[in-house]
Amino acid sequence: MIFDLANPSQLMQALGPDLLLIVGAIVLMLWAAWRPESDEHQRAVGRASLALVAATIAMTLWYSTRGMSSNVGVIAVDNFRWATDLICLLGAFGAIALGMEYNVRERILPAESHVLVLFATAGMMILAAARDLMIVFLGIELMSVAIYVLVGLNRRSPKAAEGSLKYFLLGAFATAFLLYGIALIYGSTGSTNLTEIGQRVVAGNFVAHPMMLAGTGLLLVGFGFKVAAAPFHMWAPDVYEGAPTPITAFMATAVKAAAFATFLRVWLEALPGMGDAWFTPIWWLAAVAMFVGNTVALSQRNLKRLLAYSSIAHSGYLLVAVATGTLGGSAAFLFYLVAYTLASYGAFAVVIAVGREGDANNDLSDYEGLWHVRPGLAIAMAVFMLSLMGFPIFGGIGFFGKWYLLMAAIEAPRPLTTLAVVLVLTSVVSAGYYLNVVRVMFMKARPDGAADPERTGSLTRGVVYATAVAILVLGLVPSRVIGWSRAGVPRAPQIQAASVDAPR
Amino acid sequence: MDRNYIPVLFLLGIAVLTAVAIIGLSHLVMRSRPTPVKQQPYESGMPPLGDARERFSIKFYMVAMLFIVFDIETVFMIPWAAYYRQLSCAVPLVGGACPAGQISFFGLGEMLVFMAILLAGFVYVWKKGALQWD
Repeated sequence: MIFDLANPSQLMQALGPDLLLIVGAIVLMLWAAWRPESDEHQRAVGRASLALVAATIAMTLWYSTRGMSSNVGVIAVDNFRWATDLICLLGAFGAIALGMEYNVRERILPAESHVLVLFATAGMMILAAARDLMIVFLGIELMSVAIYVLVGLNRRSPKAAEGSLKYFLLGAFATAFLLYGIALIYGSTGSTNLTEIGQRVVAGNFVAHPMMLAGTGLLLVGFGFKVAAAPFHMWAPDVYEGAPTPITAFMATAVKAAAFATFLRVWLEALPGMGDAWFTPIWWLAAVAMFVGNTVALSQRNLKRLLAYSSIAHSGYLLVAVATGTLGGSAAFLFYLVAYTLASYGAFAVVIAVGREGDANNDLSDYEGLWHVRPGLAIAMAVFMLSLMGFPIFGGIGFFGKWYLLMAAIEAPRPLTTLAVVLVLTSVVSAGYYLNVVRVMFMKARPDGAADPERTGSLTRGVVYATAVAILVLGLVPSRVIGWSRAGVPRAPQIQAASVDAPR
Repeated sequence: MDRNYIPVLFLLGIAVLTAVAIIGLSHLVMRSRPTPVKQQPYESGMPPLGDARERFSIKFYMVAMLFIVFDIETVFMIPWAAYYRQLSCAVPLVGGACPAGQISFFGLGEMLVFMAILLAGFVYVWKKGALQWD
């Protein structure tokens, strides 16, 4: 089916899963306010939110099997959108499942915590669908405003307040950059639609146009902030450490996936004609993010901060896919995102399982001898660390993720051989901290007097083992995910001759 | 450059000149006889009490925030109202009127959706007790 986006009712149909999630979230918001705050009510709203996310996943899957597309319009209807939606929805499912137990332990009572995750996910789905810079802005705001609140959810924690304020101020700053970039690009091309910008940039030879160059640069800075790529990563470690751990996992995976997906779509659809201008900056951004993330992570003792720097390094890896500027690069990007999301979620779930009330026990020394008291958690954590590192077989799908990224980098029209070498070398550096976690868990004795980790809740345990099994199984049979990510590249809309007007 | 911006430039110049003239002229013309009372900050004619940087109850911020949210949301209705004639017509207007049989409820429906979302927010705020002073 080809949607005519100029027709309101067809536009609504094309937004089906997004609308289901938004309407459901509004209803759940009212239900959350209807009863006084309590653990039971929080868990009940959490269960309903899980059901809503599952329904949205089912609807997205149904949409993705129908081979739908659309004409030139404000939103995209293609497999790239559905693929990104599924990653973000799985992220939301994990965040709510982990949150239901984490909130009880940390005495976070508001049931709205789950509803805010739903609203943030709605923003991500709009981002994944956006084919117009105004919709990109709308999606980023809807996502970010919910996340600002979620970071500061734990009102008793000064670190959470610090993280929330820091994220809010820097996020607002980054949004200003993004908006100014959008304004300049609109000023030079006369359109906010990605397809039209792409055509006009090529037709009007904008590569050396100063206003367009400044706009592209500002857009790059704005997206760089949102995906926490060095040198725009300064907020990430503090915010990731202060936020409630399920929200940290949500930010490190779903928020990053959505921001990166938009980044990639804007770059592939609107700015391929600007390739000469953005190639070198993105090249350096990727190299610096990989280098800074991996080297600074070496000295981290707090697991949440360590994973924060690790996620900065992974932003660098994903930027390599953006730098290729090809559809092969975007297939590798989706594949890598699946591998990274699974491993990060699992790792943060283990951090929740080992942690204690007051967000304590997140230090590396608390993991000493974990193998002796919680062998299952230790083995799962080892799988996550090896997967993030890209280790073959035991790292499961993580190895293939890096493999396809390297292949895409080398096969790109402008070969990124040097960048591929940087990727491999920094991955070797990353072994220094990923394997260190494994070493601490397996080779150190449990310190005397160290209390055993508390009993892990069933939902947290479910997330830990489901992600670990998924990583290993998909590592043995990656072909399905490969086929899925190859089919999921952004596809150009059906262009009618009338919609292409001359550049102004 | 675009000639359309010249009036803006004029306005900018006049604004700067007026500001400079007011401050400069009063400095030249005024007679300075300061007294302690005259030097105090003006506070509606009362003698000032204490520091202005006090802590206010969180309730005031709550009301201010809610006011801003709902106030801005109603501001969004103005462009809708200005464009309403076109929004409730399925085809482009002919001479400012909608051709017979082409009336659609799209514009009205959009505003109803907007109002429904606004209402959901209002019910939430009410139920949360944010409108109660104590």
